Amino acid sequence: MMSKRIIIVDYQLGNLFSINNAMQKIGAPAEISSSPEAIASSDALIIPGVGAFGDAMNNMKRLGILEPIQKSVQSGRPLLGICLGLQLLLSESEEFGIHPGLGIIPGRVRRFPNKIARQKVKVPHVGWNRIRVKDSGTAKRGFKLSDQYDGQFMYFVHSFYTDACDPADVVTETDYAGMPFCSSAARGNVFGCQFHPEKSGPVGLRMLKEWSDSL
Amino acid sequence: MKTVRVIPRLDIKGPNLVKGIRLEGLRVLGKPEVFAKYYYENGADELFCMDVVASLYERNSLHDIISRIAKEVHIPMTVGGGLRTLEDIRAALRAGADKVAINTAAIKRSEFITEAANAFGASTILVAIEAIRQPDGRYLAFTDNGREHTGLEVIQWAKRVEELGAGEIVITSVDREGTGEGYDVQLTREVSAAVKIPVIAHGGAGSPNDVSDVVSIASADAVCVASILHYGIITSDIDKSEFLTEGNTEFLTSGRAYKKIVPSKLSDIKHHLVGKGIECRV
Repeated sequence: MMSKRIIIVDYQLGNLFSINNAMQKIGAPAEISSSPEAIASSDALIIPGVGAFGDAMNNMKRLGILEPIQKSVQSGRPLLGICLGLQLLLSESEEFGIHPGLGIIPGRVRRFPNKIARQKVKVPHVGWNRIRVKDSGTAKRGFKLSDQYDGQFMYFVHSFYTDACDPADVVTETDYAGMPFCSSAARGNVFGCQFHPEKSGPVGLRMLKEWSDSL
Repeated sequence: MKTVRVIPRLDIKGPNLVKGIRLEGLRVLGKPEVFAKYYYENGADELFCMDVVASLYERNSLHDIISRIAKEVHIPMTVGGGLRTLEDIRAALRAGADKVAINTAAIKRSEFITEAANAFGASTILVAIEAIRQPDGRYLAFTDNGREHTGLEVIQWAKRVEELGAGEIVITSVDREGTGEGYDVQLTREVSAAVKIPVIAHGGAGSPNDVSDVVSIASADAVCVASILHYGIITSDIDKSEFLTEGNTEFLTSGRAYKKIVPSKLSDIKHHLVGKGIECRV
């Protein structure tokens, strides 16, 4: 089998080394690139994420990669969004004002409240938390997150969460301070997770391996 | 319910993993990257690597160590020690760190916290506070491994650090560090109650029971542990040849541990926590 050309989209925010190391470790080496041509000619995209939503969208615009990313998704090629990379898939975000996103998954990115049911909530949500598999994904083809991940711990670092409009797009949920939120979402060939599989030890690496095997 | 993180702390000096008492009297233990990989494979939730001498001329050796660890260890890693500029932080992140801890630079110029949080995201920036309890019961912040007095009162400083945009606070009790006498529960509780960002307790763990105490009494969100894990390796019967660095092998192979330290494995600590009704990743 020919190895697939996977591009880790570099929109010039945050740390790309962790995801790159993880892809190497699982035997699916990827290229880091911010070139529109590389994105257009790739077989699959990974949008990693650390940083602010507005900055990320602005950088993508400036680099001329918004359109190639959207075209890649429309043509049915797989995309994996991680953390901010999931949030960017949504219609819009409330982070520092309202910013439009890629609009692939309908919904809004919201901040965790500082109090839930009168209890102080620590924001950002940092650390390991369990994912509950709601659905194996609506994708007709491509990646499905199997039930074996139900109840597994994954690593999270975020202050904002995705509020997907269509419950059918929600793949996993996670409780934070008693509030369930969407911890991964999928639509068609697109899958996004709020947690960091590349930082979630052997379980996270296994998920990345299954995603790369599904390409 | 929150999931408590158990974070092995690796104090690094040059090419070596070291461990001191009250941040002084450093003893060479072995190769940091081998300890790091061992802890990763045995259930560490994160790693915390501290360059304890933080001398500029040895920075490249630290970055090499960090890069080697990052290739093998797929959990978050925080790097601290002597980070004074945004460029220093960028270099640590480029070497493979996920988060950085700053202390002295934040105290000298508090806006540095905001600048760093804006540049790299709040969750990337930890502020380390080294606290020493005063005879009147107040806690004051220090720098340079508890040597330099800053005049800052710890609780006020913790609140200020949060306002300035730090993502987490790691609170070190210099009085307890390396002693095995238990975390300073009062200190941790005061800091934890004062801020909304996560608080990592550090300094003093001598047994799994000390870990559960600082979580249940002081509401720590995470704990740094060092001696009990390092001594857990030293006193175990696993083959230690890989852990050794050049020279200074005497302590690692001696099988001796400091008397107040109960040598433990990560799984011992986590099972103890679960037994106390504290959620953690097992």
